[in-house]
Amino acid sequence: MWKYRLGALFILLVGGLLGWYLYSSEVSGSREFRLGLDLSGGTQLLYKADTSAIAGDLEESLDALRETIERRVNLFGVAEPIVQREKGSSIAGEGEQRLIIELPGVTDANEAIRQIGETPVLEFRMLNEGAMAPQEGTTTPTVDEQFGPAILTGRHISRAELQFGQGTGLANQAVVVIHFNTEGRDIFAETTRNGVGKVFGIFLDGVPISTPVINEPIPDGTAVISGSFTPDEARELVRNLNFGALPVPIELVSTETVSGTLGGEAVKDGIMAGLIGFAAVAFFMILWYRLPGFLAVLALSVYVVISLALFKLIPVTLTAAGIAAFILSIGMAVDANVLIFARMREELAKGKSTDEAIHDGFARAWLSIRDSNISSIISAIILFWFGTSIIKGFALVFGLGVVISMFTAITVSRTFLLALGSKGRTSLSRFLFGSGIKI
Amino acid sequence: MMIIKYRNIFFALTVAFTVAALGVLGFLGLNIGTDFTGGALIEVRYPEGRPSSEDLQRSLTNAGLESVTVRGAGEDGYIVRAAPLSPEARNVVAQAVNVGSQPVLQRFTDVGPSIGSELRTKALIALALVALCITLYVAFVFRKVSKPVSSWVYGVITVITLLHDIAIPLGAFAIFGYLWGAQVDALFVTAILTVLGYSVHDTIVVFDRTRENLRLNEEAKRKEDFEHVAGRSIEQTFVRSVNTSMTTLISLGALFFFGPVATQDFALTLIIGVITGTYSSIAVATPLLVAYERFRAKRA
Repeated sequence: MWKYRLGALFILLVGGLLGWYLYSSEVSGSREFRLGLDLSGGTQLLYKADTSAIAGDLEESLDALRETIERRVNLFGVAEPIVQREKGSSIAGEGEQRLIIELPGVTDANEAIRQIGETPVLEFRMLNEGAMAPQEGTTTPTVDEQFGPAILTGRHISRAELQFGQGTGLANQAVVVIHFNTEGRDIFAETTRNGVGKVFGIFLDGVPISTPVINEPIPDGTAVISGSFTPDEARELVRNLNFGALPVPIELVSTETVSGTLGGEAVKDGIMAGLIGFAAVAFFMILWYRLPGFLAVLALSVYVVISLALFKLIPVTLTAAGIAAFILSIGMAVDANVLIFARMREELAKGKSTDEAIHDGFARAWLSIRDSNISSIISAIILFWFGTSIIKGFALVFGLGVVISMFTAITVSRTFLLALGSKGRTSLSRFLFGSGIKI
Repeated sequence: MMIIKYRNIFFALTVAFTVAALGVLGFLGLNIGTDFTGGALIEVRYPEGRPSSEDLQRSLTNAGLESVTVRGAGEDGYIVRAAPLSPEARNVVAQAVNVGSQPVLQRFTDVGPSIGSELRTKALIALALVALCITLYVAFVFRKVSKPVSSWVYGVITVITLLHDIAIPLGAFAIFGYLWGAQVDALFVTAILTVLGYSVHDTIVVFDRTRENLRLNEEAKRKEDFEHVAGRSIEQTFVRSVNTSMTTLISLGALFFFGPVATQDFALTLIIGVITGTYSSIAVATPLLVAYERFRAKRA
């Protein structure tokens, strides 16, 4: 019995420490809860990647796209922007490649869209045999017939720089010098070696800005774009190329913006609902189950601090739906306790001592606790798979809640009950371990 | 056990409720939300007093938004729904909501149609998958129980009760849609899937007791009617079922009354689902098991 009392003390201590950790880390801001955009306020943008023109490695191009946009978004100066790749469901169509951009605190979606969309798409394409080179700086409907597919794109660029007056014919003219990465250098070297005398086009956002003739092989991996830039245009192009020439064209499909005030209200209401829910459940449990009910409330408190600590440590992004799941789980978490107490009461009714009743009650209840909770876990897993980010938040919290509540019921409640270790058959102990509202 | 004895009355009641719910559903239909259809949703507040909804609607229509509907939200706000926006329309929304009074945009969502249809397919698949997995799971859990009713029957009956548990919240939601424009969105589907999990959770606890009682009888070589075993099992789990529903309903009540506006419809759906789920696990699932066993016994 002293073993159980030490165990109970240990659990209370750990619970207290976790509670203190939750409080101090939230107050000091060293590790705050991670809030979803619907609570913190901000903008989420969903882009579709147009992968039809990608000739090489799809995955690599898309990763490059993600990294480029991330660099670009980081320039916004918002805290913790998220740029994620996502594949559309392949059952519902062809499985689009998408990009989710989350910008906490940004409420002007249009400005964000403009800054992301501003990024140029740079392409190098060979002019087809026998085709006439179009005039630089103009686009024609037949441009796709005149030029072959892109051989080099933004993802082959390692950096770009601005230079003036390079060579004789270009004195005082702003030019953009591109340095390719290793892969780009090899492709460019091979293309220029095989294509001396041919024409290639440098495209910016689908417009041929320069259509030079290849005079000689260029093995060192640099190219000069000498469109008719003003120095400012050239400088901006260099900046955009360095910070994010998009390797794959993208198209905006969905936007969502939530103001900070709406999110703040949701957080406040969520906390309120959680506290009231907890208090009401605790009241009900103590009223009905008396002493075991009180222990169940202690176990429920341990459940709450463990869950909240895990939300911080994993970390789980909390959304309004996630908070709802957590509040729902507070109501469901006592179920295992209720099952155990009901069983205990039956054993008591058979005339067993409270000690035996506790042991047997747990043993009997465990099977139904296990079997019934697995069905909730199945729902949670399928929800997680089905989910958009909102639903995923719900499913994760719900699933975690079920697992943690099983754990606390069979370890924490059990230890507490055994620590009391009442062997008595007195009417007081029978009253305390009894249940129902009649006295 | 009274529920087993008068099971036909409960069946009639259950069928009546289900038919009524499906009737309401068919008659009123559901408001499918922008999550699934694609479209724009704008929530805007006017702290200095809101303009008339006609003015707002006209202004937005002039700005190039299509099929605009405006609904009041709270005391000083509106919720606007429209077809998916063109890039031009998206750019001018912030100006277009400014009709006379200074607006504060609270929420602005624009879902592309392809995303909506994808989510719709996924939702249906998720529903079917949950039903399938749960049947298989229940059949698996009760695999050792084959007498007098085969374990598959437990699974099938679970699904029948699930259909009932979906039908009632759907019917209720059709009424909410009619009354205050509640919309079927991703959260609603989440609520339904959670209800399924909860209902099965509840049903399993009752079935589990039946399983245990059957085993104990066999060990003690007692002969007892299946009807009695089932009745006894319901009796033994009754208090637990009701109490667990109580605590769950208490939390959900707190969520509904004090929680964020965003999850209010969600909480209400769950409340209805938990009540139907508890009812069906007590008054439908086990009585159906008994009815099936009697039917088999008569034919044999």
